Amino acid sequence: MGAREEILGRIRQAVRGAPEVEIPRGYRTAPPVDDLAGLFAERVRDYRAIVHVLPAAEVPAAITELVRGRRMVIPDGLPPEWSEGAEPAGGSLAELDAADGVVTGCAVAIAETGTIVLDTGPGQGTRAQTLVPDYHLCVVLAGQIVAGVPEAVARLDPSRPLTWISGPSATSDIELNRVEGVHGPRTLEVIVST
Amino acid sequence: MSATFLGMPGSFPNNAEKAVQNSQLRYNLRKATHTIRGRRASVVGELPDWQELRAAGKAIKDETLRHLDRYLLQLEEAVTDAGGHVHWARDAAEANRIVTDLVKATGETEVVKVKSMATQEIGLNEALAEHGIAAYETDLAELIVQLGDDFPSHILVPAIHRNRAEIREIFLDRMGDAPEGLTDEPAALTEAARLHLRERFLRSKVAISGANFMVAETGTLVVLESEGNGRMCLSLPETLISVVGIEKLVPSWRDLEVFLQLLPRSSTGERMNPYTSTWTGSAEGQEFHLVLLDNGRTGVLADEVGRQALRCIRCSACLNVCPVYERAGGHAYGSVYPGPIGAILTPQLRGMGSDLDASLPYASSLCGACFEACPVAIDIPEVLVHLRAEAPHGAAERAGMRLAGWVFGDRARLAGVQRLASRLRKLVPKRLPGPLSAWTDTRDLPDIPEEPFRDWWEREERHGRP
Repeated sequence: MGAREEILGRIRQAVRGAPEVEIPRGYRTAPPVDDLAGLFAERVRDYRAIVHVLPAAEVPAAITELVRGRRMVIPDGLPPEWSEGAEPAGGSLAELDAADGVVTGCAVAIAETGTIVLDTGPGQGTRAQTLVPDYHLCVVLAGQIVAGVPEAVARLDPSRPLTWISGPSATSDIELNRVEGVHGPRTLEVIVST
Repeated sequence: MSATFLGMPGSFPNNAEKAVQNSQLRYNLRKATHTIRGRRASVVGELPDWQELRAAGKAIKDETLRHLDRYLLQLEEAVTDAGGHVHWARDAAEANRIVTDLVKATGETEVVKVKSMATQEIGLNEALAEHGIAAYETDLAELIVQLGDDFPSHILVPAIHRNRAEIREIFLDRMGDAPEGLTDEPAALTEAARLHLRERFLRSKVAISGANFMVAETGTLVVLESEGNGRMCLSLPETLISVVGIEKLVPSWRDLEVFLQLLPRSSTGERMNPYTSTWTGSAEGQEFHLVLLDNGRTGVLADEVGRQALRCIRCSACLNVCPVYERAGGHAYGSVYPGPIGAILTPQLRGMGSDLDASLPYASSLCGACFEACPVAIDIPEVLVHLRAEAPHGAAERAGMRLAGWVFGDRARLAGVQRLASRLRKLVPKRLPGPLSAWTDTRDLPDIPEEPFRDWWEREERHGRP
């Protein structure tokens, strides 16, 4: 007998006669939040990321201010006004490593946990593009922010590779002291466009 | 190469006795467990629906286990449809063979690894080394453990037993490219690790990971991490091999809405961990292999009381609140799974054939703090007591219990023995001789009163009241 059949057989033997289970879902699926953008910004700041909350009209100029003259990775499908003034970086791993940063949009953001989710869709780059450069500038539209985790899970497409980002990379492995900046981008800067 | 736990000698009481004499270890552990305990309490307290999430998490895992066969088949189909390959491994040897063959087929002799309890459990690094394949751990704590030729001692923070000065020494001795003048500042040590691993990440062709969750409905795997080493391993190499225990499943995509709240808050005490990656089958053209591991899990599943241990999501909250773990440390448990959850998981996965494994169900005061902290409500004390009944008991203990049973079985007999004991109380030593010393070595023998309580009560009843 192959491993697959043997394991399945052992499982069937093991659970024979076990009771059926009801899953209670009494938790909050849509927590009430008055100011989604405000709470999101506050929670992202808690992770020691840099956050700006700006009216949509001011966002392109703010981005230009941040990326001017820097070698930035510019993902396919990024609105052109989100990278004006930047020098485009090449796409090889070595070029990503040498780039100054990457600028992206996102798929969903979660206010309660201060999380940004990327799904490699237009303007969000490949997984390597948002990982290897040391600086990540992410633009979040107010309409992309949901209150809690359940709404985000419902909006996301599991067939796409997803990256959930909550602050810059960090470790607490040495005496539980939090140190920002290990292997992922050491600086995360977020612009919330309202 | 970090050593393997399999076949470790000793017993929990012996290991613990040595550990509690190490004051540095006790200081490190106390500081770390108390810090993380406080953090967890504050972020758990933020959620008004924590108990509802906990109840849902428990039930989702129970439902998964109840129909594990069906969900595994569903997972296999979904992963395969998405371009991945699924392999089944009955035990450690089979899993190691599958992974070794997959790595050999790529022609590579180096692999990078994301921290994975399952691959430690099966001794994968050692198995790969036998075939000339070097496995590099990339989690900072795992790197510290691997460079120090040491054992992990905590599920979440495997190098919790090391302080900064010790870590600096290990880096300077073993890392090769450690910068001169390296200080023991955590930021400097972290920077050294970043530089050490960066080039390896960028050139590695094969990565090995575990997974925190697998979704049966969609075939999606989920890894939660902090440092970005996970993202490096999961997304850059051409081939990804994930070794995952069969119990890591959840039925539906929606179920992640529960566990992505329960796990980070219970584990690192954060609202969300810095990075969570999910992928389904072959992502962005990567070659993907999933190795489903039994290695004793179906045996645990067959035990009606013990099977709840398979709900575990490896958050380590039970370690951080345990008074025994805080003093004895993780190594005393002689397993990749330390602490309260290890005390119920290890003897079930490995059996209780060795002294060490048979002693683990006793590595607890049964205070119940672990049950309170567990995000999937595993009643660890209940399983401990259940396993104690199943553990082998020595002839002296069995004879003692039979004698006690005979005495307690009859009221007059008990009264007679109590009076006799009161009369002989001056003669009872503080430490009992022979096999009975096993009891008094770790416990104080209570003082025997001058008069048995029953006699006192009877006298007071008769004379004390008007």
